[in-house]
Amino acid sequence: MKPPPFSYHAPASLPHALSLLAETGSDGKVLAGGQSLIPLLNMRLAAPAHLVDINGITELDRVDTDATGVRVGALARHSRVEADPAAAAAVPLLGQGLRLVAHPVIRNRGTTVGSLAHADPSAEMTAALALLGGSVVAASTDGERTIDVADFFVGPMESSLRTGELLVSAHFPRPPAGSGTAFAELARRHGDYAMCGVAALVTLDQDLRVCAARAAYLSVAPVPLVLDLTEPLAGRPPGTADFAAAGRMTRGRLEPEEDIHATAEYRAHLAEVLTARALREAAQAAIRTSLDPAESAREGAPT
Amino acid sequence: MSEELHEIRLRVNGAVHTATVPARRLLSDCLRHDLGLTGTHVGCEHGVCGACTVRIDGRPMRSCLMFAVTAQAHEITTVEGLAAADGTLHPVQRAFRECHGLQCGFCTPGFLNVAAAYLDDNPDPTEEQAREAIGGNLCRCTGYQNIVRAVLRAAELRRADGMPVPEQAAPEDARTPGDR
Repeated sequence: MKPPPFSYHAPASLPHALSLLAETGSDGKVLAGGQSLIPLLNMRLAAPAHLVDINGITELDRVDTDATGVRVGALARHSRVEADPAAAAAVPLLGQGLRLVAHPVIRNRGTTVGSLAHADPSAEMTAALALLGGSVVAASTDGERTIDVADFFVGPMESSLRTGELLVSAHFPRPPAGSGTAFAELARRHGDYAMCGVAALVTLDQDLRVCAARAAYLSVAPVPLVLDLTEPLAGRPPGTADFAAAGRMTRGRLEPEEDIHATAEYRAHLAEVLTARALREAAQAAIRTSLDPAESAREGAPT
Repeated sequence: MSEELHEIRLRVNGAVHTATVPARRLLSDCLRHDLGLTGTHVGCEHGVCGACTVRIDGRPMRSCLMFAVTAQAHEITTVEGLAAADGTLHPVQRAFRECHGLQCGFCTPGFLNVAAAYLDDNPDPTEEQAREAIGGNLCRCTGYQNIVRAVLRAAELRRADGMPVPEQAAPEDARTPGDR
């Protein structure tokens, strides 16, 4: 298994990369971490005529955290995002999801933004971005545009990125005050793509009662689907909220497909169980952050 | 059809090597075929088995999921670079031998690189952490138990050797994906 031939370009600046992508058009493909692209090349499932290697554009290797959330640059490796204490404090969901992405060795090379551009509906970061209602920035020789996550994922391995565009960053918004998040998934083997994964966000009001709950799903829909599950939980303190009822709400609203790893029915079952589990964990995290806002920093920070 | 070739310079185990390769040459193949460093083994060639794991600027990465042309700016360490110049085996190598952490040896270079890098960051792992650390590597002979033992033994040997602990290796910073 060897990659097919391609012309290799290694721009040292973003403008150079964008002009190369404009020149090569639909024959050009961006190489960042390559942990999904190179297997596809090795297995000859993809054969782009040109590869534009952005690994030399160091200005894209950044993780910036501010009051609005975490902005991840196109060259920030998963492991770097995972280890960033400020990012973990602002958006604990990043660390909660990243530790489920393949294995540490893959995370040392693979990039978070590259995973979003790849738009695999089994990828944890697509669900994280969808759950938080984040956005991405695409750049081309025509300038930059911001794309809301709801408009970004179009289908399996398909995004609304246009020919000649480079995904330069992704913004993961800080969840509202009183919120907690959690990630739950099940895979056949440790480090594999999950048969079903759930990212959950629960927000409590000042009386510590649930005022909002939603979940994003991976591996059960063509795009990272988000469901609002507030209704059965609203007004309840997490201790008496019926998370199982929220799990049952997924029935009929998700239509997972069958493959060699799991039947559609098994995936639907997993979605129900993992939804309840992730919501419960997210609610517990929300209590901790509500009672002690400093806790959120500790929770997200590497331990 | 003649393919475009690139003159590359790779820094491997402290020595500079040059090679003329097509852009599609995987780092794993370049190490083995162009540089003759056959210690790096190639298993699955799509990032699953971990046999080809080398260290790039100290961090373990899959050499089958990297192009040689991209690796030029980095310091590459292969299994050949683990032992000291005088032939003294690295603590992980001694531990794998002591604990019978290998049988056919095909997967071993990847395990050694992963374990060496992990112990540099986490010098005193628990058994569970050691298991998690090698979770991305496949072995079809040993059943893994002796590999886990070897990682823990390597940690002891490292400490006995007085190998430096990393700057941020206070216990609360000893991160592994499995302990959070």
